[in-house]
Order: sequence, then C-alpha cells, then structure tokens
Amino acid sequence: MTSALQVDAVAIRFGGVQAVAGVSCSIARGDLVGLIGPNGAGKTTLLKIIAGLLAPDAGRVIIAGMDVTNLPTELRVRKGLAITHQVVRPFRSMSVLDNVMLAAGHRVTANPFVALLRYRRDTEEARAREILESIGLVGEEHKSVMALPLGRLKRLEVARALAVDPVLILLDEPLAGLNQREAAQQADVIAAINAKGITTVLIEHNLAEVMRVSRRLLVLDQGRIIADGTPHDVMTDARVREAYLGKAQDDAAA
Amino acid sequence: MSAYVTSVLAVIGINVMLAVSLNMITGFCGQFSLGHAAFYGAGAYGAAFFAAAGSSVPLSLLVGIVVASLLGLIVGFASLRLRHDFLAVTTIGVSFLFVGFVRKQSWLGAEMGISKIPPSGLGPEGNTLLIVACAVVAIALSLYISRSWMGFGFRAVGDDEDTARTVGIPVARYKLVAFTLGTGIAGLAGGLYSYFTQFIVPDSFGFIVSVALMAMVVIGGTGSTLGVVAAAIILTLLPEMFRFVNEYRLLIFGGLLVLAMRFAPDGLAGLGRAIVTKVRGS
Repeated sequence: MTSALQVDAVAIRFGGVQAVAGVSCSIARGDLVGLIGPNGAGKTTLLKIIAGLLAPDAGRVIIAGMDVTNLPTELRVRKGLAITHQVVRPFRSMSVLDNVMLAAGHRVTANPFVALLRYRRDTEEARAREILESIGLVGEEHKSVMALPLGRLKRLEVARALAVDPVLILLDEPLAGLNQREAAQQADVIAAINAKGITTVLIEHNLAEVMRVSRRLLVLDQGRIIADGTPHDVMTDARVREAYLGKAQDDAAA
Repeated sequence: MSAYVTSVLAVIGINVMLAVSLNMITGFCGQFSLGHAAFYGAGAYGAAFFAAAGSSVPLSLLVGIVVASLLGLIVGFASLRLRHDFLAVTTIGVSFLFVGFVRKQSWLGAEMGISKIPPSGLGPEGNTLLIVACAVVAIALSLYISRSWMGFGFRAVGDDEDTARTVGIPVARYKLVAFTLGTGIAGLAGGLYSYFTQFIVPDSFGFIVSVALMAMVVIGGTGSTLGVVAAAIILTLLPEMFRFVNEYRLLIFGGLLVLAMRFAPDGLAGLGRAIVTKVRGS
C-alpha cells in the first residue's frame, strides 16, 4: 500500500541557515504522527514545504503515491491535503460560518468560472454547520472571527482544514496558547478526526498531549530527523533527551 | 432632457462604470490599483482609433474592451509576483507610462489626441441612454459577482492569499480574472466616452483620474458596490453643483479621502450599515 505522505531528501536553506537538511520519512495511511523538536528545528518549514507554501532546494514530496513537488498548494489541497497555520490565519472579513463554508465549497471555487455561475450555498452551509458542530463551535456561526478568543480561533483553523475533505491533515501547533483544559479538548478533537481515517501529522510543543494521542513520534533537530518511533521509545532516546529535553532544562534554568 | 442634464448623466454613468470596475479589482480581490485611468484610456483610444477608421459602433466598443483587458491581463500577471504596496507603485507606473506612450504616438494623434471620431448615430440622448444602460449592467454584474462563489473566492484572496490557497483557491487565476474583468469594463467606459465626446486627449486619462477613481472606491466603502456607486455619483455631482468645488476639486477629494480614512474607514457603506443598525436597535 502506498503511504499517505512520503518526504524524500527534502532540503531548504535560508541565507546561511540550513533550515531543513535532507529530511526523508514516510507516513502510513491512517496514522497519527507527532512531529516534535526544539524551536527552530525546522518543523514549520518542513510543513510549509509539504503544503507547497515554500519550494524546497532539493527533494520530493509525494502525497498518496503522487509526486506533488511542483504542484501549487491549491492542487495539493485537491489531492486531499489540508493544513492549519501555527499563527491563526482566519479570513478576517468573514464570519465563523463563512470561513468554514468557503473551504467546504473548495470544489466550486477551484475554477473561477464555475464559481461565477454558482450562487446557492445551501449544501456547503449544511456541511460547514456539521463540521462546526463536530468541533464544538456551535452558537458562534455568525460572529465575526475578530471577536473570537484564541482557543476558538484554533478550533476554527481545524474546522476549516476539515472542510476541504482531506485524507491527510497537517496541524501546526494546534494546541499552542490554549490552557490545559482547552488543549486536552483540542487533542481529543484531533484524535477523533484521526479515528475517522484521516492521516494526521501533528506539530506540537505540548509534549503531554502529543504523547497521549500520537502513535508515532518524529523528532526534528537542526533540520534533521534524529529519532523516529513510538512515543515511549522516542522519549527515552538519549539523543532526543539531549536535543529536546536538554534544551527544556536549560530554559527552566534560565 | 436638456443638453446639460444629458451630458452630466453620461459623465455619471462613465464614472460609475469606472468606480464599480475598480472596486472589483481593489475591493473584491484586494489588489490595490492606482492605474485604472490607463485602462480607461486604452479602451478610449482603442475604440476611437477603430471608430475613426470607419468601424461600426459595436466593433469599436469591443476593440476598446479587448485592448483594455489585455493591458489589464498584463498588469494582472505583474500582480502575481508583487505584494500590495509594490503593486500600487507598479500601477502608478502604468498610469504614467500610458500617458507618456500615447503622447508620443503620431498615429494616435500624439498631444492633440484623436478628434475625428464619428458620431455613434444615437444622438446625445441616445448616447447617454446607452452609457446609463451599460452602467446599470455593470452595477448588476458587480452585485451578482459579490454574491456568487466567485465573489466569495475574491474576498478570500483579498483577505489572505496563503490561507486562500490552503482551502484550494487558485489565487493566481482569481487575480487574473479580477484584473481582466475590471479593466475590460473600464475599457468599455473608455469606448463610450470616445463616442460621447468625439474627441480624446492623453491628459483625460492621467494619474489624477486614477486617484479620483480610487477616492470614489474608498469614500464609497471598499468592496461595497452600492457604496461605491453612491460615492461616484456624489463626487461627480459635487463639482457640477458648486462652482467653488470645481476649482478646488483635488483639494476636496483629497480632504474627503483623509476624512474617510480617519472617521469612516468603511466609507459610505460602513456609515449606512451603522445607521441601519442604530435605527433597528432603537
């Protein structure tokens, strides 16, 4: 069986910094993989390369067996990819419902001329309401996104990603900035999404929640994968402790 | 209708078409353009050149639309590589380039412009009627687009291009459509203007006109068709109604622009919404 996502010797350099230095990995269909690593390890950069928001200097990105390295983001989305941003980026001029409805209409908006001829929104609205309900954003459909607190905006990011009907979802720090209760709820939502068969890659600093919901952990440090395995094995790996937890101890000491 | 009313109505119709079409590019799709008069001029010159050479009215108008939208498509391609402020500067350049280019072309009459444009055969009232009808169609199209899925896509592109891509929107295509459509309508306005005045000169399509059109969009409320239509009508009528306004036209447009930015960033449309909310609330 082809994997949901395969990254093949991907590298990118920004000036003097080798942000991603030849990363290769394969994510099996239906898996929930945590991608962790200290700040500046290259996690978000790698995610942006997979999503097509950054072009790598070298390497290939393969989604569901198809090489998408040269495809723009919107075509990768049509192949079943969805992503959320680390810093929430809602469509600011729109309501909560419109944000999700627009994503639910991705087959219509894929062609501007098809979009011009279409006026009705009922099917997409029903789908958006269904997703908002599943994610716990009921009763706020008509609010402006500018009026939402961060916890709700983080959920909105996930809701919008779900609305493009993905088979592979990449979540960039969906728990960041949330309190413990909100983070646990959000992690449960993510586990539920994965339980529906959507392959999930979760970039996260909240180790407790990542360990709880992930089946596999990848650790990135200085643009390289330094460990790969079950959460338990990875967290007992000496290199990981040095790169990741060592830094955490330094931070605590500072 | 007196000749004066007929001509004021024609100018209003043309300005409404220009402001509504600029609003499609800047208001709907978020692409800040300060060169709209160049597309208006390209349409006017394209139509005038063909009309003077003996083409029929529909063909000349069609040429105006095609010339303007081709130029719009080229600028649209530039917009794919440029972000907001750089695009604004580029379109200012297009505005100056257009006038600079036309002034030096003897086949386009150079400084003297094109003066032998034959009448459309509709008479002054017929011309005005045609212009007003086209303006109404432009308004209807704009209102339809803003409610269609294409308008929904435009708003997403205007809000955040990267996020628009992540929900599957082909951002580049949307921008090109916005530019082609908006500049095509400006080209039609230009062609109608040529038949209306039967005499065009380069300076009628200068940078100041582009700025005045942007003022109509901002004062009306960027993105709101009806707000922009209201602003286009008011800003066209003001200099007609008060002679002193005509003398200080730029000063007053500039002042209104600053006031709108400070006190009503959503323009007339925003003020209208605020009043409706207040009336409903009380």
